[in-house]
Amino acid sequence: MSFWSRVTYVFRGDRLNHEIDEEFAAHIEEAIAAGEDPIEVRRTFGSQLRLREQSRDARIVAWLDCLRADLIFGWRQLLKRKITTTAAVLSLALAIGACTSAFRLIDALFLRPLPVAHAESLYALARQGPDDLGVLRTFDDFAYPNFTRMRAAAKDQAELIATSFTYRTDLTYATDNEMEKGYVQYISGTMFPIFGLQPTLGRLFTTDDDMTPGAHPYAVISYNYWSRRFANDPQVLGRTVHIGSKMLQIIGVGPKSFTGTEPGTVADIFLPTIMNPDVTRTDSSWLRILAVMNPGVPREPLRAKLDTVSLNYETERAKGFVGMSRHNFEMSLQKKMLIKPATSGVSRLQGDYRRALVWLGVLVALVLLIACANVANLMTAQAASRAREMALRVSIGAGRSRLVQLVIVENALLALFSAALGAIFAWWAAPFVVSRINPPDNPAHLILPADWRVLAFGSLLTLAVTLLFGLAPALRASSIQPVTELKGGKEPHSKRRSMYTLIAAQIAFCFVVLFFAGLFVATFRHLSSQPLGFDAKDLVLLETATPHGQSPESWSQMAGTLHAVPGVKDVAIASWPLLSGGWTGSISVNAAPPTDKWGYFLSISPGWLNTMKMRLIDGRDFNSTDSFPGQAIVSQTFVKTFFNGVNPIGRSFEKVNPFGSRQLCRVIGVVPDAAYSSLHEPILPVAYVPFRKLDENGAINRADGGTFLLRTSGINPLSLATTLRRLVAKTNPAYRVNNVQTQQELVDNQTIRERLLASLALFFATVALLLAAVGLYGVLNYSVLQREREIGIRIAVGARIGSIARLITTQIFATVFIGAATGISLGVASVRYVQTLLFGVKGTDPSMLVAPALILVAAALLAALPAVLRAARIDPSIMLRAE
Amino acid sequence: MKKTDTMQGSLDLLVLKVLSRQPKLHGYAIMTAIKHISGDVLNAEVGSLYPALHRMEETGWIRAEWATKDTDRRTRLYQLTAAGKKQLDAEVTRWRTVSSAINRVLQEA
Repeated sequence: MSFWSRVTYVFRGDRLNHEIDEEFAAHIEEAIAAGEDPIEVRRTFGSQLRLREQSRDARIVAWLDCLRADLIFGWRQLLKRKITTTAAVLSLALAIGACTSAFRLIDALFLRPLPVAHAESLYALARQGPDDLGVLRTFDDFAYPNFTRMRAAAKDQAELIATSFTYRTDLTYATDNEMEKGYVQYISGTMFPIFGLQPTLGRLFTTDDDMTPGAHPYAVISYNYWSRRFANDPQVLGRTVHIGSKMLQIIGVGPKSFTGTEPGTVADIFLPTIMNPDVTRTDSSWLRILAVMNPGVPREPLRAKLDTVSLNYETERAKGFVGMSRHNFEMSLQKKMLIKPATSGVSRLQGDYRRALVWLGVLVALVLLIACANVANLMTAQAASRAREMALRVSIGAGRSRLVQLVIVENALLALFSAALGAIFAWWAAPFVVSRINPPDNPAHLILPADWRVLAFGSLLTLAVTLLFGLAPALRASSIQPVTELKGGKEPHSKRRSMYTLIAAQIAFCFVVLFFAGLFVATFRHLSSQPLGFDAKDLVLLETATPHGQSPESWSQMAGTLHAVPGVKDVAIASWPLLSGGWTGSISVNAAPPTDKWGYFLSISPGWLNTMKMRLIDGRDFNSTDSFPGQAIVSQTFVKTFFNGVNPIGRSFEKVNPFGSRQLCRVIGVVPDAAYSSLHEPILPVAYVPFRKLDENGAINRADGGTFLLRTSGINPLSLATTLRRLVAKTNPAYRVNNVQTQQELVDNQTIRERLLASLALFFATVALLLAAVGLYGVLNYSVLQREREIGIRIAVGARIGSIARLITTQIFATVFIGAATGISLGVASVRYVQTLLFGVKGTDPSMLVAPALILVAAALLAALPAVLRAARIDPSIMLRAE
Repeated sequence: MKKTDTMQGSLDLLVLKVLSRQPKLHGYAIMTAIKHISGDVLNAEVGSLYPALHRMEETGWIRAEWATKDTDRRTRLYQLTAAGKKQLDAEVTRWRTVSSAINRVLQEA
């Protein structure tokens, strides 16, 4: 109460003064009324002002009063210099906002623990080993039978939980004609109880829901999905959802906080693992394994045990792999088990964006440092103009600490405004970046809460920023020597020296940012100018399923129907579009043992080459009687790899499958290389085989899925989507279009991360360059102002403009070169850490270093121009008379 | 306040005592009461009295309220709070201990 009244009096100072004066007046009046001498009475009060100050101090919080005064004074100072303040606030706000956004992304993806019990003892299993190209990789996919063995082995030490990769699929709550998309994740029945999660509605799975394959047709939906899709309708319990051929009953809604185990994807529907059709297959790896370690259990023995169990499983399975080369067989068993911390969950997005986000964080931190250096220089220049004011304050008795407080408060005010503005920027920017991460039809869904973690980071950042740019000017202000200062003579060089140091740092950081931006942009350009081998423009893809299978004739009839649609030029069928899937086999020529190198396959219909605008180098296209096994068209790399570059037309090869079966194909055509599954990987040896397939007995296979490729002309390919869907459903209800996209989207998807990195890095490079140029300009301008007198005298005694320009710019350009040299060494030293993010670019390539250096020098020249002009225009007569 | 005044240590005690006898006094009345009761020996200076009053008010020993007099001017009246009563007892005890000790020293010497 008492403290609070003292606090309130701080903000009602006038009223307090008035009250004290009134009390004194009443006293004097009483005394006079009591017959005392008025003059004598007044005399007893002495200095009424001092008495009032004393009483006032007793009744208010003195330090708070000082702070209040400093705040008001600081606010007035900021208002007085509107342009400087605006520039400082905007640059800091941008930098703080960008840093906070980067933190939000990194926090949401990597740091924030899953909202489950035991998140701190949550781990994920993975295996490290060579992939089919021999490159060391980490695999986190497992087959269900392997999982059950490991779960039994880990008993008493850890609880293992299977979670499938969350995938987007078609589903419906009504008929097949009203399909919608949803994210589905299969999970162990034990997951909800182990995670200590409670249902919002109904019940969650238990171990009993995960026992017999196909016998537990139940689904739990996530709270997020429940609100989005069902508007929190409690009637959702008991409804049936159709996913593929399964019908599942919704039995519960999960807790509000839980959105699945994959940051970046919000699971909509959870199903028991045992309901997955692949649950008994030994050759299908469709799940991740999470482990909740029991308290006090060491990781290494468990890892070794699981390694053995998994290896035994793989070895047993591999016994049947007679169709695999010795080398590939050994490679497949060379995987080593890892147990990795997974407190914040595991997702593909984490792996793809870990380095990218960290480097983005580094870039924005550098931009923040540049902005801080800028503001520090602005403040130093300002402090110079306020030196007399400070000296005066010291002379009339202000303490050093009060001066420090004065300057710090002013800077904190600046930082606070910037932080507020930056918060607004971060509010918008973080979700914006997330929305750019995935293809538009399948956006990443990263939960980005703005809670105490973000708030704490923002506050700490603001504090650090304040100290970074505010501490030096504050200390300098407090160390002022009133005598020298008020005399007007001073030693300006020390101030300039610190400004030049900051400029050098700015230039160095700016160079690093420009250098990285250049690398990322070059990477993106290389990647997007990779030869595709086909024409991706105006190509619509209709991913189509026929649950009961259809004959090749029926498929080509449907293709014919689609061909009749106006605007469609060509139609073809493939098992899937290029850049979206993969199918491999060992290759054997002349019944030789299977090769170490894999061949890659795609089944296509006659006319596919024409639709893709791939020309034949040799031989002919498929016709309607060709089949697989039977005929094949191969790529140039395939010829080089398996036929030693000799013309293969008429020769044969066998596709050898792991379990030993062989499918004979006669080569009837050769085509140029085309991108197969990824633009990042080297060109693969590809064999195209007919969509018309025969089984082991030579009977025609009824394909249950495929993709129609439609080359359109003169219209936006996607504008046909609805027409095509309806046409397919009307022509033959057995066909269902699952997805419509364009080939161009698939190509663009290949470069999403690189595009994102390049555009963000370019943006920050521009900001960094702008800030550095403004900083340079400011310092030069300041030094010209400081030396106006000297320059005036020099001009008066006949100095030429050239020598004046040299006088002003020599030091600054020396600084720029020192900064750039530091930047170059920083860049070269750190470039190997980004190499994995680059494609087709060497970080040590001199051209990558020269370009940013040239840009920097150009910017420095431009920034120096106004100051030089100003110096050249100094009129000695006016200048010297003013003195 | 930093003046070396013989009353320095005991001003709080005197003010509290005066207010315990007669509640609701203004500053001038407190000053004259100290003067009269002590038979013109003790004299509270204005310069010490008001800072002391305001300080004790903030500490919570005394409470102040504004009263309008017939002359239309407001005056500030002080009275003891419960905490002030306790403080007064403590101060009286302390004063007695100290003064009897000093007396004893004077008698011995």
